[in-house]
Amino acid sequence: MLELIDTYWLYFLVGQYPNGPLGGLALTLALASLGLLLAMPLGLILGVARLSPWRALRWPVTALVFVVRGTPLLMVIFWAYFFLPTLTGAKTSQFGTMLIALVIFDGVYLAEIVRAGIVGLGRGQVEAARSLGLSHVQALRHVLLPQALRHMLPSLVNQFVSTIKETSLGYIIGLSEVSFIATQINTQVFTKPTQVYLCLGLTYFLLCFGLSRFAYWVEARVAARGRRRPLAGAPA
Amino acid sequence: MFDLSLVLAGPYRDLLVAGLLLSIKLTAVTLVLALPLATAVALLRLAPLRPLRWMGFAFVESIRNVPLLAHMLFWYFGAPELLPETLKARLYEGNFEALSAVIALTLYTAAYMAEDIRSGISAIPAVQREAGRSLGLGYLANMRFVILPQALRITAPPLISQTLNLWKNTSIATVIGVAELMYQAAAVESASFRSFEPFAFATVSYLSVSLLITGLAAWQQRRYPVRPA
Repeated sequence: MLELIDTYWLYFLVGQYPNGPLGGLALTLALASLGLLLAMPLGLILGVARLSPWRALRWPVTALVFVVRGTPLLMVIFWAYFFLPTLTGAKTSQFGTMLIALVIFDGVYLAEIVRAGIVGLGRGQVEAARSLGLSHVQALRHVLLPQALRHMLPSLVNQFVSTIKETSLGYIIGLSEVSFIATQINTQVFTKPTQVYLCLGLTYFLLCFGLSRFAYWVEARVAARGRRRPLAGAPA
Repeated sequence: MFDLSLVLAGPYRDLLVAGLLLSIKLTAVTLVLALPLATAVALLRLAPLRPLRWMGFAFVESIRNVPLLAHMLFWYFGAPELLPETLKARLYEGNFEALSAVIALTLYTAAYMAEDIRSGISAIPAVQREAGRSLGLGYLANMRFVILPQALRITAPPLISQTLNLWKNTSIATVIGVAELMYQAAAVESASFRSFEPFAFATVSYLSVSLLITGLAAWQQRRYPVRPA
């Protein structure tokens, strides 16, 4: 086991880099971070559009949310893999394909978090803002979103954990993220599949468990801050 | 341009339908195995003894923090090495792909469901437990007759939503070669050189079953609303 780690640790962490493309755990983290970062603005737009007073905006976005949430991520990846080249005319890299699939998939899930955050504030907030003469967009910008987004912080850390786990599906389209690299190591060593895949599981565990503990800590802090400085006029 | 008759008749349709049926079967078998396991783990998490609670916690966290794909790879490639040769040979004769997929799916689903059942049980006011115990019921009898019947009502909506996740998660079994819907869609794609039609069939199938499960959740909430304790 130790010999295995000693031989392959660098390959496991960064793939063939610097003599080839970045891979391994570093690629998993890069993909998850970039995916979540790009999914956030999309999620915000889709979440707000889901609550829009204009049907022409609300209905198509609601349909998109239902379709994406009702299909597996793998299906979204396959569609991206086979149809992006047709749409763009150029061959899309595995990284690009996986990134787009993740952004769409996570964007839709974040949209539901944003929507729940706004709905959770209650009708009173939007009614008060509108009766002060703010437009729908102004009410969102100055009253609803600042409150809703603060409560989203712990959900975002948890979403990052989910995104890290989702990147493992890049394996199927041959993206050299950490699961794919582990399988390659397994093929080279050949005699120690149990150890190789235990190491893979342990790596994911340390990363995701650490992050989810961090999410608990953030949640406790956000809750404590909310108690110290209650919103003026907010119900106790 | 698109020829849906390709997947609505003939040998390709038979492959896709077989895949769909296998996906449904995987979901059903996993659900039957995962529910009792999840209940047992939830009870461990709430047990009066600290080592038992710790075991439940370790089960849930060690499984939830590893992607399902890594679970599948472990059970398919990694675990058999631990078995004696004769048993291994016998396993490989049968449908070992499906068996590994069911093990991975069951553990993964049970870890999530255990947390839902646990929070359902925690939501039952302490007086219910105290009343049961003061009537002379033991810990397990109290769970069986007083706490669980109430908790399962609260737990049903999140459990249905976990079933939806399970349905979508069966698609990952394709990585270890289980011939479920996603595997068959990819197989038809490479055999026919047409990608739109098999993927459309798979997407519509996944979506239909998902909508059915969502509909079931809505019906359940109307038919069996949570009663205030």
